[in-house]
Amino acid sequence: MEIIYLLIPISLLLLGLIVWILLWAVRDGQYDDLEGPAHQILMDEDRIVEDRIVDEKRKQAKK
Amino acid sequence: MVSRVSKSEGMALSAASETGAADACFHCGLPLPPDLDLRLAIDGAGRAMCCHGCLAVAQAIVAAGHENFYRVRTETAPTGRELVPDFIRESEIYDAAEIQKQYVHRLDADSRETSLILEGITCAACIWLIEQYIAGLAGVEQVRVNYATQRALVRWNDSRIRLSQILQSIRKIGYRALPYDANQQQELHRRQRGQQLRRLAVAGLFGMQVMMLSISLYAGAWSGMEQSFTHFFRWLSLGLTLPVMFYAAIPFFRSAWRDLTQRRVGMDVPVSVAILIAFASSCMATFSGDGEIYFDSIVMFVFFLSASRYFENMARQRCASSVEKLVQSLPLTATRVQENGDTEATVPAATLAIGDRVLIRPGETVPADGRLVAGFSALDESLLNGESNPLDKQPGDRLLGGSINVTNPLQMEVSAVGADTVMAEIQRSIERAQADKPPLARLADRVAARFISIVLFIVAAVAIFWWIADADRWFDIALAVLIVSCPCALSLATPTAISAMLGKMQARGLLVKRAAALEKLNQVTHVVFDKTGTLTLGKPVLRQVVSAAPHDSAECLGIAAAMEQHSAHPLARALVHAAGDFAGGDLSAVFSVAGGGLRARIDQVDYFIGSFEFISRNSSAEIPAQWLENIDAEALSAVILARADEVMALFTFADELRDDAVATIESLRAQGKSVILMSGDRAAAAQRVAMQTGIEDCRADLTPEKKMEAVQGLQAENAVVLMVGDGINDAPVLAVADVSIAMAGASSLAKVNADIVLIADHLGAIDQVFRMAARTRRVIRQNMTWALLYNFGAIPAAAIGLVAPWLAAIGMSLSSLLVVINAMRLTR
Repeated sequence: MEIIYLLIPISLLLLGLIVWILLWAVRDGQYDDLEGPAHQILMDEDRIVEDRIVDEKRKQAKK
Repeated sequence: MVSRVSKSEGMALSAASETGAADACFHCGLPLPPDLDLRLAIDGAGRAMCCHGCLAVAQAIVAAGHENFYRVRTETAPTGRELVPDFIRESEIYDAAEIQKQYVHRLDADSRETSLILEGITCAACIWLIEQYIAGLAGVEQVRVNYATQRALVRWNDSRIRLSQILQSIRKIGYRALPYDANQQQELHRRQRGQQLRRLAVAGLFGMQVMMLSISLYAGAWSGMEQSFTHFFRWLSLGLTLPVMFYAAIPFFRSAWRDLTQRRVGMDVPVSVAILIAFASSCMATFSGDGEIYFDSIVMFVFFLSASRYFENMARQRCASSVEKLVQSLPLTATRVQENGDTEATVPAATLAIGDRVLIRPGETVPADGRLVAGFSALDESLLNGESNPLDKQPGDRLLGGSINVTNPLQMEVSAVGADTVMAEIQRSIERAQADKPPLARLADRVAARFISIVLFIVAAVAIFWWIADADRWFDIALAVLIVSCPCALSLATPTAISAMLGKMQARGLLVKRAAALEKLNQVTHVVFDKTGTLTLGKPVLRQVVSAAPHDSAECLGIAAAMEQHSAHPLARALVHAAGDFAGGDLSAVFSVAGGGLRARIDQVDYFIGSFEFISRNSSAEIPAQWLENIDAEALSAVILARADEVMALFTFADELRDDAVATIESLRAQGKSVILMSGDRAAAAQRVAMQTGIEDCRADLTPEKKMEAVQGLQAENAVVLMVGDGINDAPVLAVADVSIAMAGASSLAKVNADIVLIADHLGAIDQVFRMAARTRRVIRQNMTWALLYNFGAIPAAAIGLVAPWLAAIGMSLSSLLVVINAMRLTR
């Protein structure tokens, strides 16, 4: 059972990591809008198409 | 007001448009006018549009390649009917440096950033559309729309695009956007929310670890566990509890300390005492390796309490931000006429000074108080005094800031600005009223405060008794009493029930801004209604057409509507609305004539439409005497259509009652509440509404101050008053009433001062609110009864030493859980 002396510190490291990620997420405003992204994800493909159009325009502008 | 109608109709019709109703506008869902055939190819089919405004909006959306919007939306879009060119001129003011200073953040030489409030968002597809459309504009660097707050953050390159162009682009696809001053209050809210969430997360995550360890410890105590592991686990628990104690629980300690320094006993005092004592004794047990540890109880306790406070706070902030409205009571800009009288300049309204001459076009809001110097017009002062009809004004008359110019352009000399205006005076009386508001005695607070004092006394008594009787056990027993009596369930009883109900009400379009109002609603004895815009729709509807032979009503209505199409007067709008399908004839030269009328030439004949006075001045024909009688008895106002030598028709108008006004009032009376009508309008108009709805107590001609006094008079007789209103003139009385409800179309001032805002714009919701309040009270009572029973049952057991501290902790947790689950029933 001495293995817990290794396993528990590892779990604590993970805990620290999780807490750090969560605090970062709160600070970054990830929790400011809990509804919009759920809907936006449904429209993601169009965004990619839009981005492509924008990219192409940029390429053309460079030429 | 128009947006209010479109919203409710839009909701009703959105279901219809999904099933493919042919008679509704594809864009906004409003009914199609029969004579208009506007079509646009969207998604491979010709779609009908109700007006040129919607057509223009839909064209802009399709042209930019965002047809997908129509496929994914779940609600119809805001109507394009109100698109006005005025907005273009108005929005340009935001390019001015002095205005930008207030709203716009300079990032570097060219980059600018601002926050916009968006109006007209109905579903997530709107967000997508706005983001896509704005991001596609040349010069816009970044745009992010927040669905929850309906705000957008836009960053742009000032050398390539102006802010006004961005605003106009949003306008072009049918939404309204204005920059706003992200004020300190909001920034504070955001920071507070973030901090609470972080504390909650820390309490939850570390709490889970501690719970896991303590389960091993409990299991180990049963099945035998090596001493070294037990020690290790205890120290580990101690370490993991530290962040919870010194980060997550800080707000409780702080608030308890504040209570103590002010010599009060609040909820947080025993909470803090229990946490600290449990922590100290657990630390001692850990150091000595002997005795019980309670780290699991501590973390759970902190987590549950933080969670309930977080949800309560969230609900409050959400209500506050959704009430903020775009439409301000005073306009941001004004058109100043220069000294020489020729040139005009659009200036920020805040820079106006006494003596300035200002031009006010029809449809604009008067920017300050002043005296009319040139022009005749009707002004809508309903927001200020509740008078439902526009009042005719002539040179020399006083104009009030916040009223709306209805018919003709005017020039005004400014006589009072800022704090000296009538609007500011009303605002001050609201502040006074709020200070006078009867304090809400909250049952939970009262009970808990008393309970806490008793508990602390009992703990002390028990500790002393056992210290004398059995010095070995006194600490364990005192601690068990403290934990068992911890008012955790008691303190959760009210907030959990209320936040559960708030969430449900919000989903139904009832915004509760002050949670305490929910409790107070149960004691309401008197319900006071405002008339215009509350019991009635707040806009005139054509009631009756009386035509003189040989003309028939339809013909007259057609002519009248063709003429009135050119006017923004509410009566004109009502005529046009009622006419629907009219044959206009060849209409040329429409003139707005001073003193309340229109003159137009149709097929070479001159027609006049307007007030009695106007007609008798312009037409030689007599107005039939029985018409006059008709009007006094029935209607709110009337206009006459005439030719130079002949009177053709009389149109009477009334402010229609809301559909559910009668049913709502009946139901309130059935519940034994006294219903009173208080109106700023004339007695005759108020009486008529009172008769129709069956209200016996009707008080008319009341100024905002008089309304306030009347309500305070009722309160002096121990009445608990619920006020329902909508205008700026209602704001003071809303503030002074025990509980107040504002209608959806209410002025922002009224909404700010109301406890509850009915976003679902029908009176029937009031009934619903009462029922929900009663249910909430029932659940709170059940919760309190349970919490008190548990506490008082367990305390004696603990006091005589029957309950071990760890058992007390489990009991406390279960009791809290039961309370939370009971409260959750409300969300169903």
